[in-house]
Amino acid sequence: MSSFQETHELSRWQKFWQSQKNQRRVTIAFKLVLAFFVLGFSLYPVLYTVSSAFSSTQGVSRQLVPDDPTLNNFRRILFEEPFWLWIWNTTKIALIASVLAGAITTLTAYSFSRFRFRGRSQLLLLILMIQVFPALLAMVALFALLTQLGQFIPSMGINSHGGLILIYLGGAMGINIWLMKGFFDSIPRDIDESAMVDGATHWQTFRYLIFPLVRPIVVVVVILTFFGVYGDWLLPRIMLTQSNLYTLMLGLQIFIGDNYGQNWSVFAAGAVLGSLLPITVYLLLQDYIVGGLTAGSVKG
Amino acid sequence: MKTVNLEKEKKSARSASLTTGNLLFRLLGLFIFDAGALWLGLNLLFDGYWPFAAIILVITILINVIWLRPEAYPLRWMSPGLAFMILISVYPIIYTVYISFTNYGTGNLLPKVQAIEVLEKRTFLPEKGADYNTALYTNDAGEFALWLQPKDGAEGFLVLPGQRVTSIHVGAFDPDGFPEQLAGWERVSKRDMLKAISQLQDVEFGEPPNVVKLTGLNTAAEKKQRYVYDEEQDAIVDRATDIIYYADDVMGAFVAEDGKALIPGYTVGVGFKNYNRFISNPAFRGPLFLIFIWNVTFAFLSVLFAFSLGLLIAIAFGRDMPAKKLIKSLLIIPFAIPGVLTILVWKGLWNPINGAVATTLAGWLGMSSLNVFADPIGVKVALLIVNVWLAYPYFMLITSGALQAIPQDMYEAADLDGAGAWAQFKNLTFPLLLVGVGPLLIASFIANFNTFNVIFLFNGGGPPMVGTPTPAGHSDILISYVYRLAFASAGQDFGYASAITVIIFFVLAAVTLYQYRYMKVWEEVGESV
Repeated sequence: MSSFQETHELSRWQKFWQSQKNQRRVTIAFKLVLAFFVLGFSLYPVLYTVSSAFSSTQGVSRQLVPDDPTLNNFRRILFEEPFWLWIWNTTKIALIASVLAGAITTLTAYSFSRFRFRGRSQLLLLILMIQVFPALLAMVALFALLTQLGQFIPSMGINSHGGLILIYLGGAMGINIWLMKGFFDSIPRDIDESAMVDGATHWQTFRYLIFPLVRPIVVVVVILTFFGVYGDWLLPRIMLTQSNLYTLMLGLQIFIGDNYGQNWSVFAAGAVLGSLLPITVYLLLQDYIVGGLTAGSVKG
Repeated sequence: MKTVNLEKEKKSARSASLTTGNLLFRLLGLFIFDAGALWLGLNLLFDGYWPFAAIILVITILINVIWLRPEAYPLRWMSPGLAFMILISVYPIIYTVYISFTNYGTGNLLPKVQAIEVLEKRTFLPEKGADYNTALYTNDAGEFALWLQPKDGAEGFLVLPGQRVTSIHVGAFDPDGFPEQLAGWERVSKRDMLKAISQLQDVEFGEPPNVVKLTGLNTAAEKKQRYVYDEEQDAIVDRATDIIYYADDVMGAFVAEDGKALIPGYTVGVGFKNYNRFISNPAFRGPLFLIFIWNVTFAFLSVLFAFSLGLLIAIAFGRDMPAKKLIKSLLIIPFAIPGVLTILVWKGLWNPINGAVATTLAGWLGMSSLNVFADPIGVKVALLIVNVWLAYPYFMLITSGALQAIPQDMYEAADLDGAGAWAQFKNLTFPLLLVGVGPLLIASFIANFNTFNVIFLFNGGGPPMVGTPTPAGHSDILISYVYRLAFASAGQDFGYASAITVIIFFVLAAVTLYQYRYMKVWEEVGESV
């Protein structure tokens, strides 16, 4: 009896499984459960930050939905802390550094793409290899470099935004060169050659023909560099010691320091405000960014 | 024929004038650049910063060659980038190696020339010195001025703190030789002077370097330079005590015969001392070994877990998934938020008293409270969770990109051969994926090997190890350990920190070269150039 029932049940299950539609339903159900857990894991800290920003208790709280939502934390971070000064400092540094780095990268990539010269491939490899050693490993040397430079050019020394920008520019010759060179390579050389025949110089060809074609990728590189600088914390931490020079990340980090009990909710409000810009831009440009990230790995 | 020739001539004439203009412009630019570089380089050299001066020279020569030699034309396009790369990426690596062979650090930060300069600026007040008789004056603003009457009988004058008054109307003099009337100033009475003297005894009057200080109620003396450098003996003479401090170029300081050294000292080479410190000393080597093991483990496990999770999601949500775009967009959000902020949020979540994650986990595990920050194992687990959270969206993005690049007909062929889903993944998807993302996995391993922010912001490398000669923590990785040596503790030991950095350089280079060779990336890169 029982064995008959088992086979009967098994065949019912098999029957169910044989239908492709049902198979698909089960898979999707499984995927949705997975998605639920993954999204929970990923978004929980984000939601928690948002909720803390509206919380009326000052310290770290366990609740995800605050009892008594308030805008006080936003008022405090915006008007009682030097939030706008931090934003201004960060924007200034990130904008100058990313635009200059973008210019350096574009010119270099054009040269690698359009000229053939001795040592070209070695130089390309060197640029890739230096990337292996992150700048911050040489932080003692960079600190010494800015200290020494600052004795003669104070606007490029320790405790100056110029010095910080200088260090960010040193990283401009990096993986982005490869990314951009790939883009330049995809533009047919016939365009250049016909322009050259008409007597255009290299600079004119670049300026009026090639650059307009690669402008989108240049913008993406500049934006990615901008947010790289925007989110950096360590270099400002080492190179800036005066509080009126702090960047947003450094300001927020020092603001909370070890004092989680006092400032948690205000910090959360600052974190929410500081994240709005990068989240918006990443969501708008996500296809470009994914493209940029994968360009190094996927060919063709 | 003739017209063509004419055209050609016109063209060459135009390009000739263009080139001359171009050349002038280039020469002018180079001249300005060279002048600036010369000024900076010489200044650096005079102050004893010869490695920096040398790299400025190298960059200047390179830029000149690039802009003068026609065959270097392609390099002109990248000359700013090259200059920055040499200055900020290449030179610091060389300079780190240089520092690692010196005693550069607290007390030895300056080159010898500058240490002498600093010492020679120090002054002292000779005991019983009384070069001047003085009278004190005050004005309506409550400021003080001092009338100095030199004892050798020369003409007296008025000084303010930091300033000497050159033109002031002086009226009649009293029997002691002091002015009775001064425009805007009134003489301070004896009684008021006793009150004022306590706040005036440390005030320096007069324009530096000719500074005087009060030595009594009615007397003042000029401060004198205390230390004088004697080039012949290579020694510094202390004029206050008459002790001679001889330069000790091994120790990097001026030292008296009784062993007392002047502060600041100066930077000197110390040979392999910094390296010997931890090669020969088990107390130094011990924590470093533990730190290295944890560093490799941390980087490896982070990449492994983050890659696996990212790959799982990329495959699961790849096709045939409702709301695919929305889910992916939501998963990008944590990736877009600056890491500094999310690490600090995670730190709050693990807070043992009120942190949501810590208290929930403690409930599940049946513990009264869970303090990962004090537990050497717990902090490592927590760090891995945080780091995987930070890193996996990146792997999700790159693997889903790489998966799309695998040609669909390969799967159709596999289906025809009757390969199941697992067999397809193992034999087709995974190997092809590794070709694409392999280099990024290595790059990511290296990035995670040096992921300073997570370690430092989460728990500062703690909890601290017990009984180590320099502060080290159980969750420290090499770079956070180096940072603490260099910047965080009271005495900055740049030399030792650099020696460890150099060792990390070698480890990184070895790992990279080995892995890249293994992945045959160099050849691929070489081909695609």
